[in-house]
Amino acid sequence: MARQLSKVLHGCDDGELYLQRSVSEGLTFADGRLKGASYNCSHGFGLRAVCGEQVAFAHASSFDPAALNRAVDAVAVAKQGYKGHWDVSPTGNSHYSNDPRASVPEHAFDQELKLLQRMDDYARSRDPRVAQCSASLSGAQSRIEILRPGDERFSDFRSTVSLSVNVLMRDGARLEGGKRGLGGRFSRELLMAESTWQPLIDEALRQADVNLRSTAVRAGKSTVVLGPGWPGVMLHEAVGHGLEGDAIRKGRSVYAGMLGEQVAAKGVTVVDNGTVPDKRGSLAIDDEGTGTQETVLIEDGVLCGFMQDRLNSRLMSDRPTGNGRRQSYAHAPMPRMTNTYMKNGLCEPEEIIASVEDGIYAVDFGGGQVDTTSGNFVFSFREAYKIRHGRIEQPVKGATMIGNGPEAMRKVSFVGNDMALDEGIAVCGKAGQDVLVGVGQPTLRLDDMTIGGTE
Amino acid sequence: MRSGELDLLESALEQAKARGADDAEALISISRSTAVACRDAAVEHSQFSESSGLSIRVFIDGRSGSVSSSDINERGLGELIDRAVAVAKASPRDPFAGLVSSDDLALNTEKDLQIYDATTLDAEALKEMAMETEAAALAVHGVRKSTGASASWNQGFSALATTNGFLGSQRGSGFNLGCGAIVKTNSGMETDAYSSGKVFLEDMESAASVGEAAGARAVSRIKGTSVRSGRFPVVFDARISNSLLGHFAGATMGNSVAMGTSFLKDKKEERVFSAGISIIDDPLRLRGTQSRCFDGEGVATQPLTLVEDGVLQHWLLDQASARQLNLPIQGNAARSGSGTRPGASNLFLAAGRMSPEELMSDIRYGLLITKLMGQGVNGLTGHYSRGAEGFLIENGEISGAVKEITIAGNLLEMYLNLTAANDLQFRRGMDAPTVRVEGMFVAGN
Repeated sequence: MARQLSKVLHGCDDGELYLQRSVSEGLTFADGRLKGASYNCSHGFGLRAVCGEQVAFAHASSFDPAALNRAVDAVAVAKQGYKGHWDVSPTGNSHYSNDPRASVPEHAFDQELKLLQRMDDYARSRDPRVAQCSASLSGAQSRIEILRPGDERFSDFRSTVSLSVNVLMRDGARLEGGKRGLGGRFSRELLMAESTWQPLIDEALRQADVNLRSTAVRAGKSTVVLGPGWPGVMLHEAVGHGLEGDAIRKGRSVYAGMLGEQVAAKGVTVVDNGTVPDKRGSLAIDDEGTGTQETVLIEDGVLCGFMQDRLNSRLMSDRPTGNGRRQSYAHAPMPRMTNTYMKNGLCEPEEIIASVEDGIYAVDFGGGQVDTTSGNFVFSFREAYKIRHGRIEQPVKGATMIGNGPEAMRKVSFVGNDMALDEGIAVCGKAGQDVLVGVGQPTLRLDDMTIGGTE
Repeated sequence: MRSGELDLLESALEQAKARGADDAEALISISRSTAVACRDAAVEHSQFSESSGLSIRVFIDGRSGSVSSSDINERGLGELIDRAVAVAKASPRDPFAGLVSSDDLALNTEKDLQIYDATTLDAEALKEMAMETEAAALAVHGVRKSTGASASWNQGFSALATTNGFLGSQRGSGFNLGCGAIVKTNSGMETDAYSSGKVFLEDMESAASVGEAAGARAVSRIKGTSVRSGRFPVVFDARISNSLLGHFAGATMGNSVAMGTSFLKDKKEERVFSAGISIIDDPLRLRGTQSRCFDGEGVATQPLTLVEDGVLQHWLLDQASARQLNLPIQGNAARSGSGTRPGASNLFLAAGRMSPEELMSDIRYGLLITKLMGQGVNGLTGHYSRGAEGFLIENGEISGAVKEITIAGNLLEMYLNLTAANDLQFRRGMDAPTVRVEGMFVAGN
């Protein structure tokens, strides 16, 4: 295999054979019964040859030598006699290491099922208005090997666990939901502890209760205060995607050509950090063998760095930052975020809310989406309140906030001192590939945002 | 049926029985594809894919266990089935789980729905198609750059076997061509795209027309305007109107209805759409991208009118949700992970009488939406609030492009205030004509 790999990658700039073996399991308890239990094992390889801007990639879900031969033949034809310079080796492990206790256990099904049953009982016993409850627990582990010519080898073991709960509450004819989840690269024992899951359910119940009292919000322009943690998905959408090396290199990002310029309000510092302990976006190495790191993207409002994989950093004369990630062996790597968050400012969160005469306080969001070319982003509120005369008032019904990334970042008028990362629920999709990430921010005030509502 | 795959399915069912399963089902799927993406008249990415999967479900005394693997060799089979059996034995009884009754299984699994074209294309041919597409987009006056063009083909094979005697297999194919174009506007860059997918190569739109369509869409976004906030008619272009149908399909899934988590749960046999609207699921359409003569549980499929003259007639049901709701089985099971869930096949909202232009002609102030963003749709309450882009309509005519707006309402009201145009085309497996919805809340800029 080593000789075959050297031969097919001869003349290329970069490339590797990526081998992966993974196991995942998931249990869903809903409607008062076990709705589904799944167990999946998967393995395969992805062979990649990088020739300048061109990538040839072949994969198969097997380790069969015949499949590898077909992949080698396909890639050899696709590189079309390219002659380049073989790039320097990846750096290898960062100081981050994964907690192996998060792995998928052999015989824990009984315990897991009991946990979900207990969660269901607990949720229904806490509030007579609970009409429906569902809870899921999942875990995944993956061993990867990156083989490069010259017997270079990088390997990693990665695992994640997650738990989520969804409750439905009825009050008269009205039904509203509450949702909470958490996860990360930590031990299953911690995940299954009562002190972990009870607060999770309490929060979901509280949110459903809040939503039962929510009223419509007026469509139009508004000042918005975003709470800490998960609302950082706004930052992920509005800024993060536009700072990925491929969007910058291809001139498809609003941030292309703006290095060194003031792109956000003063006081705004944004980093991507793949080494935060236990978080979903954390890795020892990325999927090209580069060690993860903290990369400063925006410092005090000034654009100072991008998230890079090897291909884009080479073409841009930049350095790889440990952001070359892929969903699996069946996907080619590209620049992706790890844990992306805004650092603390100086304001007390209470002082930020008190500063708003008339606006919205948003503490939980549904999903978001961005168009990196125009910088336009959108996301929906799952829990939000009106602010009047500096005080939090009644909850508002699911509304949407839309804006433009660079503009929104210039409209940050207050940055709080309560930075938090999300609790481990973020999945990022790009070009058909999903990877686990972390998002975060302190409490923030944004002026002049467009809110979609039904009043 | 390929003999190697058939042997594996038989072996899986036998081993499941031998390890204590009362019943079992096994599903194998194999696919391969080649895709080439070009940008700036050079190949950017070529991809050669081979994928396989095996999923097994066992039933023991009213309990079930599911497993799946990418490995389709005999070697790992025993271990996988052990796992499924162990999970089933540890699970509580589920009154709704089980194989479908053998009376409900499809008898004829060989109907020719014309969903397999054996033609394959090599990377060179795909490259030429993608290059020609991109060139056509760049030739449109006003287009600055392309985001790239891509061409691909894929083939798939799947087979399902059950211990109560079902064995069916299906082959499928697909050819896709797409392109994106970038234009410069006063406020920055805008991008738009066009893509086309067909089951048969001979039905493909030409590279030139795909590229031109992408370029034309992008150019139409150059001249921008602003829109005021308020309540007015919103026209959903046929490009994206199928998303309204997608929310409908989600809300008619039997499992959501049974759990009480669908905003349509109490609406069966009631008017949910305006008069004249019909929504039909047609699994037997020739050359349909979602066509199938048996569903994910081996049940014969049939066309189903979900909404007739505005009235909701049926839920989408798999066997578990049919049992739970005490309704007859209909053949709507879709495979999902290692189990099933209800799902539509080729779903469409039937065409109306007016052309899109006529549909807009009396709108004094409104919007034509061509792009929707975000996930602000609540399947529980029907609450709808999404980011949108498109064009302002003034006095029945399209004026400038608009973006960074949101449109909001509730699907229950939106469906009741919906009018369909006559431009229905079967393009994606879930299709709707241009539709107009009255009285949406628009947040402008």
